Amino acid sequence: MLQIESRQFAKERGLFACIQCGKCTGGCPMAMKTKLNPRALIYRVLIAGNGFNLEGREELWDCTTCSTCYSRCPKQVNPMEAIVAMRSAIVEKGRIHPNVKMALESTFRNGNPLKMPRSDRDLWAKDLQVKALADAGAEYLYYVGCTPSYDPRGQKVARALVQVLGSAGVDFGILGNDENCCASEVRRLGEAGLFEAIVEENTEMFKELGVEKMFTISPHCFNVFKNDYRSIEAGAKSGVQVQHYTQVLAGLVKDGRLKFNGSFEKKVTYHDPCYLGKHNGIFDEPRDVLANIPGLDLIEMDRSREKSLCCEGGGGRMFLEGTNPGTRLAQMRVKEALDTGAEILATACPFCLLTLDEAVKHLNVEDKLRVLDIAEIAAQAL
Amino acid sequence: MTLQQTQGKPFTPRIGVYICHCGINIAATVDITAVTNYASHLHGVVVARSYTYMCSDPGQALIKNDIAGHNLNRIVVASCSPRMHEPTFRAAIAEAGLNPYCLEMANIREQCSWVHPQGMATTKKAIQLVSAAVAKAARLEPLQTRQVSITPTAVVIGGGIAGMQSALDLAEAGFQATIVERAAQPGGHAAQFYRTFPTLEPAGALVHELVERVNHHPRVNLMTEAEVADVSGYVGNFRVKVKHNEETTDVPAGAIIVATGFEIFDPHLKPELGYGRYPQVVTTLDFEQTLNQQSAINNPKSVVFIQCVGSRDQAVGCGGDKSQARPYCSRVCCMVTAKQARLTCEKFPNANVTVFYMDVRAFGKGFEEFYDQAREDGVIYRRGNPSEIIKRGDRVVVRAEDTLLGEQVEIEADLVVLAVGMTPRADSETVAQLLKLSRSGDGFFMEAHPKLRPVDTSMAGVFLAGCCQAPKDIADSISQARAAASAAMIPLMRGQVQVDAATSFIDEELCSGCGQCADCCNFSALSLHPVRGKMTVNAVLCQGCGACATACPSKAIKVHQFTFEQIMAQMDALTDWYGIPLAVEMVEAV
Repeated sequence: MLQIESRQFAKERGLFACIQCGKCTGGCPMAMKTKLNPRALIYRVLIAGNGFNLEGREELWDCTTCSTCYSRCPKQVNPMEAIVAMRSAIVEKGRIHPNVKMALESTFRNGNPLKMPRSDRDLWAKDLQVKALADAGAEYLYYVGCTPSYDPRGQKVARALVQVLGSAGVDFGILGNDENCCASEVRRLGEAGLFEAIVEENTEMFKELGVEKMFTISPHCFNVFKNDYRSIEAGAKSGVQVQHYTQVLAGLVKDGRLKFNGSFEKKVTYHDPCYLGKHNGIFDEPRDVLANIPGLDLIEMDRSREKSLCCEGGGGRMFLEGTNPGTRLAQMRVKEALDTGAEILATACPFCLLTLDEAVKHLNVEDKLRVLDIAEIAAQAL
Repeated sequence: MTLQQTQGKPFTPRIGVYICHCGINIAATVDITAVTNYASHLHGVVVARSYTYMCSDPGQALIKNDIAGHNLNRIVVASCSPRMHEPTFRAAIAEAGLNPYCLEMANIREQCSWVHPQGMATTKKAIQLVSAAVAKAARLEPLQTRQVSITPTAVVIGGGIAGMQSALDLAEAGFQATIVERAAQPGGHAAQFYRTFPTLEPAGALVHELVERVNHHPRVNLMTEAEVADVSGYVGNFRVKVKHNEETTDVPAGAIIVATGFEIFDPHLKPELGYGRYPQVVTTLDFEQTLNQQSAINNPKSVVFIQCVGSRDQAVGCGGDKSQARPYCSRVCCMVTAKQARLTCEKFPNANVTVFYMDVRAFGKGFEEFYDQAREDGVIYRRGNPSEIIKRGDRVVVRAEDTLLGEQVEIEADLVVLAVGMTPRADSETVAQLLKLSRSGDGFFMEAHPKLRPVDTSMAGVFLAGCCQAPKDIADSISQARAAASAAMIPLMRGQVQVDAATSFIDEELCSGCGQCADCCNFSALSLHPVRGKMTVNAVLCQGCGACATACPSKAIKVHQFTFEQIMAQMDALTDWYGIPLAVEMVEAV
């Protein structure tokens, strides 16, 4: 039996505030295609007496943690966090999907969920002469993250960003092979113990290095550092300013430090990553960067900003197929992008980049639409 | 014990203590016999009695008889809050020949029996509260209330239906009433409505009738495109500065009625609903005007209504922005929706009309029947609060969960009507500061008491009417407007207004005229005497709150009924509790 003490569970997570309006489920991208129903789930927890059985609730692993449910809730209930907590209860009992187990074990051993060796983490930067923060010190820590460090598609973004920041004269350094996973996905997969351990390790490392300002490529890393590492921003002596790289670029454009001497003569539509937009309200900075690139024609999809459709890559879903792999949100999203007449689908998240790229290939529209990260577009317009 | 001197003779307090059972409200929790026994042994107490309902006629007679029979000069009543019955008991002892300010009340109901369980500790607390009241009563001084003559006119701020109705009632009763309306025309929001619920009467005719009466009434003075710039004075004698075309007029008023109305919720704050982005998405007010103008909407096949937009919502906007929270129910949207849905069915018999709701609150007279009729007319009610609206071709798609089915649904629509709630006006804070009004947590103006004084404010002579106090429909606005007019007539008809004597007063020996008291006075009651260089209290404006006494660095300000000596005596009685030899455990033996 996989029981949770539901009364305590509901109390701690404020579920009693729920009025069963259904806004969460009405907007949930996974409710479109799976059994996941956040409202009904909360209702079942509330009426369960004091024992709610998680057995057989495979749909809990469908959630992409896109935060649509929380952002729409009129009573400030957070179904997404309740789902993560239910996952924790399952993981605690050792009932883990083999893929999840592998990702977690790899994170524990190698500092990344991708089963890649620690010693290869900085290979992407070998020929780039990027400063090592530990040796030289720098204004910013450039936290690269696992996907941009190891994935060949992600590495292009990591390298493009070095080029863009370099042209603007930004003083930054990387951690190289000492960089450790941020554990955002570890937390969303419910491994609370491992998450705490990594938070402690990373916090300690940042403190030792005297990090004051940092930026990330992935909105997932950005979010976890900003909102879940309580000790970083709030607890540290000086406090660390965590930014997403699009915020840094938007600032550089505004100050006139980042200039685009080239151009990018394409129709571009921008896909808001959930962890940048819905989670953190960052809608304008990525658009500010794109709008300042000469020749670039920025057009909006109907579902943009607060309504952006999740690509299905968050919440540990990079490691899990989910209960309905036949229908993919990323493919729906690519079709929406095609409807606008855009040639480029821009985004600012390594997970979005990979899922959307795959969807473009699967739909066989590579000749019509390319998926690029904002850093790559910016680099092409320098 | 040092006690004050009265007319040169040494003053000996002769106190009667009256403990109320309040039925079982107090008696079920507090040991009344123990409290009465204890009180009878307190210093200065001549007699202590208990009774089932001290506020009843026999209860009051008990006090009055004792005042005569035992020659009592101070009275303590231990019962409910003084907000409830202080006027009752003051009147009773005045009838028996005592000064009404020789009364002190101990609140052993709201502050004791209602909030604590039955038991020794609760009884002890009641005893402490009574002891403190007795200690203060021994030091009470008789005070003289003052009568001030009043200006028999009123100013009504706002010319919507509430403001017009209040002004007309006052005028009908014989008083001059001035309406100050910001817009060029009176009528407010109601003038923009097409039909009313639950009778489907044309709203225009209803408003038109009021406007006509206002325009032609000899005692109503309507000032349009006018704004209140300043308010000074006090109940009975306000001066309202009205600005009109860069000109200011001083309007004297005995009473002021605030009827400034509301604003509709701005649905741009909920970007997921696409208002302002999709032409198919309109508000109930937009739709009302469309219906009113009889302009043709191109035969819609599907019309969707969404309730509770900007109501019952603690997290308006993305990311749970609490600053925009609208946690309250706007009370009218359910019926506005039902009305418009019915009108839609009537106008477009072939259209599918769907209403998304969380709860249908059809609480008023004839409302449930109206809602029944809406469903019989073919309106489909689906339970669920839509999450977002997206575009599909020429139509929009409402995405929601039908919570009764437990399924996500998408409804294509040619027209989506957002039932927007009511919000406080953006300039509420300015108005509040002009009139020294309080606002409740939702931002609307606060009434003096939610049940007992629903049209009064904390400022004597200032009353509330209509939606500036809380969302309400036309019928309720009119009711409140008439109530506010009646309440305003009380001082106006009396010709004189009695001013509470429990105000602050200055010891000129100690006052240095620094003015710190004036800075913290919410009622503008303190000013510097131009010749003497000392502060003076306007006893009519002063509400006796005591803020000035606390602020004064020289302890030059005291408040009648709350002097330092009186309060310290109360504190001593409370804090020296364990030092008092007569412990409660011994009481039963007494």
